[in-house]
Amino acid sequence: MFIVLGFMVTGIFVGYLLRQHKISFIHLLIITLIWLLLFLLGVEIGANKTVVQQFGVLGFDAFLLASAGTFGSVIFAGLLWLTLRNKNIGK
Amino acid sequence: MKSSVIILSFFATGLLFGVFRWFPSILMTYNISFYVLCLLMFSVGISIGNDPTSVRQFRNLPPRIIFLPLMTIAGTFLGVFAVSLFLKNRSLTDCMAIGSGFGYYSLSSILITQYKGIELGTIALLSNIIREVITLLFAPWMVKYFGKLAPISAGGATTMDTTFPIIVRYSGQQYAIVSIYHGFIMDLSVPFLVTFFCSL
Repeated sequence: MFIVLGFMVTGIFVGYLLRQHKISFIHLLIITLIWLLLFLLGVEIGANKTVVQQFGVLGFDAFLLASAGTFGSVIFAGLLWLTLRNKNIGK
Repeated sequence: MKSSVIILSFFATGLLFGVFRWFPSILMTYNISFYVLCLLMFSVGISIGNDPTSVRQFRNLPPRIIFLPLMTIAGTFLGVFAVSLFLKNRSLTDCMAIGSGFGYYSLSSILITQYKGIELGTIALLSNIIREVITLLFAPWMVKYFGKLAPISAGGATTMDTTFPIIVRYSGQQYAIVSIYHGFIMDLSVPFLVTFFCSL
């Protein structure tokens, strides 16, 4: 995990050094890499025997817990977002 | 919505390739996705460093955002609590332990397998993988309807690595620091909360 963060910090440094030159292709590269990574994540999950075999049995409970937990936190983050926005409008 | 559909189709194609083993074994033995993630993080870093306004934008972030991890924890617990009422064969504490993985499937499934056995450990593995996938697939939709903090909360403990690039893409570069801070705090809280709910 810290290796991954190290790559980003190095990137920030390189980007800062090159700030005189707009690196316009970087956003296209980022979205392409995101798509590639999602494809690879799909391959990894699909090739994982435990996940695929158990999905029929335990997948329903897992799916309910995951979506409810995620949705709950999205709502709460939305509430915090609303308080921030209202504050900015008040200014 | 269009971006979610594109993301979903890449992921679904990957799933098909994985299930039917249409890939060279080199993909798994060398953990290619880790290198792609590193390259992606490097690129995100360049885009942040290259943008002269990004440092100023960090400073303009409202201080109240430090409470975001608390919102993530509270929201997750409330959602999991609601679902546990319908899952008759699972206890509330078991459900809470699974929810406390916050997408960190490797650690939470290992811990829960140790404390509670293989079945609950497998549910924790599946559930936390699904949380990560939901975040990756629906991040653009979450930003649209629930604001720029929503995909960060949804990503839970993964927001400083696997879901980080997608959050920066859809919430904006000024939220990069929020995403890392949030992921760091959630990463630390996973072992404590999982152990706590397993010991009840």
